[in-house]
Amino acid sequence: MSGIAASEQTPARSGTAAPDIGGWQPPSYWPFVVPALIVVLAVIIFPWAYTIWMSLHEWKVGSPPTFVGLANYIRLPSDTRFVESVWHTLVYTLLSVALPLLLGTLAAVVFHTKFPMRGFLRGLFILPMMATPVAIALVWTMMFHPQLGILNYLLSLIGLPPQLWVFHPATVIPSLVLVETWQWTPLVMLIVLGGLAAIPAEPYESALIDGATRWQVFRYISLPLIMPFLFIAAMIRMIDAVKSFDIIFAITQGGPGTASETINLYLYSVAFVYYDVGYASAIVVVFFALIVALAGALLRLRQTTHWNDAGGVA
Amino acid sequence: MLGNIGLGFALLVIVSPAALFFLWMLSLSIKFEVDNASYPPVFIPEHFNWGNYAAVFGSNRFTTYFANSLIVTGAATAFALLVGVPAGYGLARMRAHKAAVVVLIARITPGLSYLIPLFLLFQWLGLLGTLWPQIIIHLVVTVPIVIWIMIGYFETTPMELEESALIDGATRWQVFRYVALPIARPGIAVAFILAVIFSWNNFVFGIVLAGRETRTLPVAVYNMISFDQLSWGPLAAAALIVTLPVLLLTVFAQRQIVAGLTAGAVKGG
Repeated sequence: MSGIAASEQTPARSGTAAPDIGGWQPPSYWPFVVPALIVVLAVIIFPWAYTIWMSLHEWKVGSPPTFVGLANYIRLPSDTRFVESVWHTLVYTLLSVALPLLLGTLAAVVFHTKFPMRGFLRGLFILPMMATPVAIALVWTMMFHPQLGILNYLLSLIGLPPQLWVFHPATVIPSLVLVETWQWTPLVMLIVLGGLAAIPAEPYESALIDGATRWQVFRYISLPLIMPFLFIAAMIRMIDAVKSFDIIFAITQGGPGTASETINLYLYSVAFVYYDVGYASAIVVVFFALIVALAGALLRLRQTTHWNDAGGVA
Repeated sequence: MLGNIGLGFALLVIVSPAALFFLWMLSLSIKFEVDNASYPPVFIPEHFNWGNYAAVFGSNRFTTYFANSLIVTGAATAFALLVGVPAGYGLARMRAHKAAVVVLIARITPGLSYLIPLFLLFQWLGLLGTLWPQIIIHLVVTVPIVIWIMIGYFETTPMELEESALIDGATRWQVFRYVALPIARPGIAVAFILAVIFSWNNFVFGIVLAGRETRTLPVAVYNMISFDQLSWGPLAAAALIVTLPVLLLTVFAQRQIVAGLTAGAVKGG
């Protein structure tokens, strides 16, 4: 991609350099970029190229690779563990986008008002997303404990029966989504808060003069104007939720059984438990394609809803 | 007045999941096992057990892991600033927006995908068992953050001063060093803080690349988990120690973090 940028730059540079004004030549900016370019080539481009090459080979660590064409890719649809992991990923992602988006927007509306200690409370609110995920996961694991966990105690206070949380196949994904939502609602809040801050005051003033209720003001003025920010938040949330690893790995390792095994978790097992790097590379490529496809779907959603009443989406 | 009460209540609901979680974490870390294993739970124990912290610091490897984390995060961040700040400057001045696509790809790609090829490369180079693999792979995290934030920052700094310096005969490097760089200090601070946090928190690279002696703190904490024995106190203490530097940084550099995350986020979409 940098190559494209380079070829675009060259004509512009030679164009300005051609008329020799007093011997002054605008020097190139390329020396600034080259060191980073080398790093990016080494740690981002090279792994990608190598991954694609590996995905065309049958290769277990310790034995030499043999070229098998697309066999690794053809194997994927019949691999039930992979297909299940795709479903787990989609369910996990959908919930992990929707809930933080809803709660984050509500939180942003509250944080948009002026009140004492606003900075401190905002700092407190964003702690979950900055804290070390593994450390967080550890404490959540203790909280999920069926006998001694604080969550079941809290449930008992409001008269609800104890749950098995991450220790039962039916509740494991919702429980992990609870952690993910707790962790990442702040990011949505920050993005939406930025959107709310960018709205000029005039529409509010005229709406209030016209006697609009607070809900009407939010629904018909704020919401359409923060729509672009909600889409950005949804996009980032989607990308992060699909890739979610630390929390799931540290709390359940994909279990019980494979009930919470997402693509990323399965990928880990294939690559670093079975050392089947050829097949794992094929999973990487398909995984990346899936993320790009989901991003494309979100972009389409944005374009189509642009014409309609923007509020209909949220 | 009713509005104020409503706002206060709303704030309480919004902030308490975060606040109570970290208080509970603290509570777990200062209790004796008998309190941690009691039901109903003990919130504030009669006797504090600071021994949990002493146990964590006392284990001989903990200082090694702490040093590992410092070295990996420090080196990966320093190197990222060294190459990323000039790159952000160059890309912003060249208006090479398409180059940012690489950063975007890096943002979308799952961290595990880099691990497979780089793991094989490090194995082939015989680097496994040293800290180098982790330092190098953490660049995947730190370099894109720095470039991304610096492009955004240099695009907002004024060109006029740089142009007049160029006309006065300064070289591009001198302009960068003496004109652009001093103005960009706040942007560099944002890039530095975010790179440090995301590198410090990284877990996935360590579980694959770290050996017994080269674990970073998140990996070390993960390896402390054993569900057979109920030793929540030391575990919670270790978890709190690992994340405390980041929590403090968040509290004290909140403005920079918020600016960096929202700027990066808005551009990221």
